[in-house]
Amino acid sequence: MSYLYFPGCSLKGTGRAYEESLLAVFRALGIPLTELADWNCCGATAYMSIDEHQAFALAARNLALAESQGSPADGAVQLIAPCSACYLVLLKAQQCLAADIALCQEITIALKEEGHCYRGRVRIRHPLDVLVHDVGLSEIARHVRQPLRGLKIACYYGCQIVRPFALFDRPHDPSTMDDLVRILGAEPVSWPLKTHCCGGSLTGTIPEVGWRLNYLLLREAQRRGAHLIVTVCPLCQFNLEAYQDQIRQRYPDLAPMPVLYFTQLIGMAMGLPPRELGLQRLLIPVDGLMAALSKEGAHARA
Amino acid sequence: MRAHEIYPNGGPRIGVYVCHCGLNIAGKVDVHEVVEFAKTLPFVVVAREYKFMCSDPGQEMIREDIREHRLNRVIVASCSPLLHEATFRRVLEQAGQNPFFFQMVNIREHVSWVTEDPREATEKAKALVAAAVRRVIFHEPLQRRRVPVKDHVLVVGGGIAGIHAALTLADAGKHVYLVEREPTIGGHMAMFDKTFPTLDCAACILTPKMSAVAAHPNITLWTYSEVIQVEGFVGNFRVRVRRKPRYVIEELCVGCLQCIDACVYKDARFPDEFNLGLGKRKPIYIPFPQATPRVVLIDPETCIWFKTGKCKRTCLEACERKAIDFEQQERIEEIEVGAIILATGFKTFDARRIPEYGYGKYPNVYTALEVERLVNAAGPTGGEVRLRDGRVPKRVGIIHCVGSRDERFNRYCSRVCCMYSLKLAHLIKERTGAEVYNFYIDMRTPGKGYEEFYDRLLQEGVHFIRGRVAEVTDWAITPEEEGKLIIRVEDTLIGVVRRIPVDMVVLAVGLEPQPDAEEVRRMFNISCSKEGFFLERHPKLAPVSTFTDGIFLAGACQGPKDIPDSVAQAGAAAAEALALIDKGYVELEPNTAYIVEELCSGCKTCISLCPYNAISFDEVRAIAVINEALCKGCGTCVAACPSGAARQHLFEDAQIFQEIEGVLAYV
Amino acid sequence: MAAIERRIRYESELDPSFAREIIAFSGSPSLMACIQCGTCSSACPLSLYMDYTPRRIIAMVREGFKQEVLSSRTIWLCASCYACTVECPKQIRITDVMYALKRYAIREGVHPPRFPIPVLARLFYNTVRRRGRLTESWTVLRLYLQTMPLRIPGMSSLGWKLLRRGRFPLRPEGIRDRQGLQRVLRVVERQEVTA
Ligand SMILES: Cc1cc2nc3c(=O)[nH]c(=O)nc-3n(C[C@H](O)[C@H](O)[C@H](O)COP(=O)(O)OP(=O)(O)OC[C@H]3O[C@@H](n4cnc5c(N)ncnc54)[C@H](O)[C@@H]3O)c2cc1C
Ligand code: SF4
Ligand code: SF4
Ligand code: SF4
Ligand code: SF4
Repeated sequence: MSYLYFPGCSLKGTGRAYEESLLAVFRALGIPLTELADWNCCGATAYMSIDEHQAFALAARNLALAESQGSPADGAVQLIAPCSACYLVLLKAQQCLAADIALCQEITIALKEEGHCYRGRVRIRHPLDVLVHDVGLSEIARHVRQPLRGLKIACYYGCQIVRPFALFDRPHDPSTMDDLVRILGAEPVSWPLKTHCCGGSLTGTIPEVGWRLNYLLLREAQRRGAHLIVTVCPLCQFNLEAYQDQIRQRYPDLAPMPVLYFTQLIGMAMGLPPRELGLQRLLIPVDGLMAALSKEGAHARA
Repeated sequence: MRAHEIYPNGGPRIGVYVCHCGLNIAGKVDVHEVVEFAKTLPFVVVAREYKFMCSDPGQEMIREDIREHRLNRVIVASCSPLLHEATFRRVLEQAGQNPFFFQMVNIREHVSWVTEDPREATEKAKALVAAAVRRVIFHEPLQRRRVPVKDHVLVVGGGIAGIHAALTLADAGKHVYLVEREPTIGGHMAMFDKTFPTLDCAACILTPKMSAVAAHPNITLWTYSEVIQVEGFVGNFRVRVRRKPRYVIEELCVGCLQCIDACVYKDARFPDEFNLGLGKRKPIYIPFPQATPRVVLIDPETCIWFKTGKCKRTCLEACERKAIDFEQQERIEEIEVGAIILATGFKTFDARRIPEYGYGKYPNVYTALEVERLVNAAGPTGGEVRLRDGRVPKRVGIIHCVGSRDERFNRYCSRVCCMYSLKLAHLIKERTGAEVYNFYIDMRTPGKGYEEFYDRLLQEGVHFIRGRVAEVTDWAITPEEEGKLIIRVEDTLIGVVRRIPVDMVVLAVGLEPQPDAEEVRRMFNISCSKEGFFLERHPKLAPVSTFTDGIFLAGACQGPKDIPDSVAQAGAAAAEALALIDKGYVELEPNTAYIVEELCSGCKTCISLCPYNAISFDEVRAIAVINEALCKGCGTCVAACPSGAARQHLFEDAQIFQEIEGVLAYV
Repeated sequence: MAAIERRIRYESELDPSFAREIIAFSGSPSLMACIQCGTCSSACPLSLYMDYTPRRIIAMVREGFKQEVLSSRTIWLCASCYACTVECPKQIRITDVMYALKRYAIREGVHPPRFPIPVLARLFYNTVRRRGRLTESWTVLRLYLQTMPLRIPGMSSLGWKLLRRGRFPLRPEGIRDRQGLQRVLRVVERQEVTA
């Protein structure tokens, strides 16, 4: 199956390493990903707060582009959206357009201005869903070169990939990433905050509130014995990673906690070169941790 | 047959009566115009309107007209025939006419209540009256049939409702078959320690009734049994019951329980169903000490002999009465009864369906039913409230409305959980001295003495927090939350979100239909309401009857109910069954199908189609024969017969075509 | 101690058509079915910072407390995490109601002044409308300049670190056919006005 890929704005900025690792992993698995040409902003939260219909039009333009650029499989073009916010907004737009004929007409007329047309033949996918359900855990297991033994991981799903349009996992207590992590040889810790919100853009707008939310997440991961947190969303990753210094100033009990994209973790287990996975872009590096682990592993083997 | 041929002296003489039904009809339909229109129709001798045709003066008016104008056909245009067809047929009878020379036109439910425009409504009413006039001309005199009634009753389900209904009937001298699926009767009530609002001991009030059932000469009690087939009709049901083997001969076992002591398993080690897995039992067991009948049973899933064929079978030797029988087979019993009472009760909502509450994930989250067993003196902990790790909880949270009042699960209020939550709060506080928190959306305490019970709990210092809990978690934020379960809730009366750490969470699970309610419904040919409980014939006026004559409902199988209401309904169901049987006969509607012998080609098409197995084949004459007692008048065979030999009283071709033409001619 | 205030609300101060407008705006007619159970508030990760919990917002919308609702901080604190929406026993789309209230407040211009959240929304909106894509670095810089200039020094080291790791590219992103996109959005706008 071939997939189109919708990066969204963050994967070209703070989330560059997400894009790099995603592409690297898919390449290594032999699955072609083509970036959607001339994609535009998905119309996320902030836009939705000003004008909902325009936000839907933004989303619909991307879907229309996907239809004209992709080759359908099972009647639909597969479009991968790695950012949780993009994933949710595209899904939401798709469902609202399907449910509301008047809205659909309005958007269709508008898209015509640019010569686009959306017919409802796109399947919006999150890469986690694609990797676990299309590629399959056993296929991924086949590619694992350096099992991440001994590594304890807090899988953080965040809110928007499982709510409210959860299509591939349970909205409460999702488990796909936990299963994936296990295949890579690591151990997912059991923690109750898998889908607890990271505050989204609040870290930027009302920092005290946003930081507190992230502090609670980080602290709980730490208390449950996690060595690192794995995320599926550029905003979650940024929130959890970037403000740790500021958070520590207020809550000194917080130790540095690396925060990775799940694709970086897969790439590491597959033995892909760190640069291809954008590991050098992390603010809290994992080199030390990995070294300690491989030493421990060697020890255990000996 | 032409209409005039029946009445050589003058032909049909029709009276048309249009009812206002207060403003129900007259508020929309121009009744006067309909009457004037009716007067213009052929054979109509009188047409009148009246405010309430079903009232005594209304009925008298019709009777008088029949006598005075020598009417031989009557049409009433009013409400649904479900409500008053019987009333007006009686009017004809009282005036000396055959009651089937009558046709009812529904201009309320079919017209005034559902048509927006008054003009359209009036026109529609006129068209329907025109149709009825053409139809009724072709009506024929019919006789109701009388069928004798069997004076035995079947009660299905031996919870408090079934027990009460069975005892009432048995005391009245009727023979009752009480069929219970589980090895013992008692239902849910047998699991409770105390009952709200009076806190009387459940066992003290239930066990005497259970023993009375076992001892009553008029009751045949079949436990561990299920109804598998129901045939026949009101007054004459034929029922097949499967009796599962318990591998112990009921007639011989005296309940000494020697065998249980003797079993090769020294310790009880299998989860015990009656205690919801909180206790353990052996492969040979009795559900609880007061089980009725007091007869042990062997569970083949756990018994070594059944699993491997190798066991010393010490149980067998221990039994002095030689009651244990490893060869026992299931038995099918066939009975004939005149009436049936369904009292199959409810099941509780599966708390796993709300993962936020952590049932099945956190060991200290319990369902209310489990806690009923914990506080029960005869339960697995002897009535002490202890957590799975043996600790006594110091803080307990009871979450109301679990699975109830929720669009995602059950929309309805389960009616009893507020009250049983109060009961459990009281018992837990009494036994442990714990701080108890109730989390409720609304307190529903509308029964006799219920609000007073709520008041008592308030005075006892139980906390009541108005808010539906979003989540139970082990995620501690503050030191006092460490190691606890934390309940996150908005205290809506104060307007803040609170996190309340507790040691034990009790989920007040709602009441749901039994999982097999749909199959049972089909077997007994009754209906279910949207949520899956058995449907009563009328929510106010026929709350224990069903749409199938002779089948009645009692207890929580009809909808969530507490014990007082279940017992009251069981009494009502017993009285209805008694009224039916004591009369000695039932009258069957004559709207049955019949075969015109000369036309029947013997193709047998109808035989397999009849849903009531009312048609058989006469091999000698090579024609189909309909048993009128079994025919329910569904009309399937009439529509299917390729030769036009199957016909139906009150639905003759002539009648139907005239009715259609009547509408078409007017429109 | 705060000044003593009269807390009564006279009917004349309420707007009886507010609920209808918000229902139309949010597409969530079910909000009338709210039983005030508070599940939304306790599921909400941000309710502890809100001046009115989400449940109270629903009640106030229903009763026409327009002024209080539109000037509340609650609607801006909502992070659109949908926790309330999936848990509401009456299936009310609370998140969509919050979105509708934000749009309403922006349209009426009644939100608290210099409050960063609506400012960010505007910045986001304007950039995307002009260029079709967002450049995170510039948006964040502008936001801080407009609403929290004093905080810039405290954040500069983070900015610098991101810059060095290539996570804060300053080259503005944009799509090829910007005019085309603007035409599309203008048509949507026009249709909304006529509707
Ligand atoms: C936790 C809890 C506490 C409660 N506490 C109280 C209280 O304190 N006071 C109070 O008034 N009410 C209380 N109630 C309500 C009470 O349980 C019900 O009112 C009562 O049990 C209803 O009786 P029933 O006979 O209709 O149903 P049930 O008690 O459910 O009995 C039904 C019987 O039918 C049997 N059965 C089911 N299907 C079949 C079948 N197909 N064939 C044969 N047999 C079948 C079942 O095995 C069962 O024995 C409580 C309920 C719960 C859940
Ligand atoms: S056969 Fe054996 S295992 Fe089964 S009940 Fe008897 S002694 Fe117990
Ligand atoms: S009785 Fe009380 S707890 Fe039970 S569903 Fe009704 S309101 Fe909720
Ligand atoms: S959860 Fe739903 S029903 Fe409950 S208060 Fe919130 S909006 Fe109302
Ligand atoms: S969507 Fe908004 S109101 Fe709802 S829970 Fe999330 S932050 Fe709170």
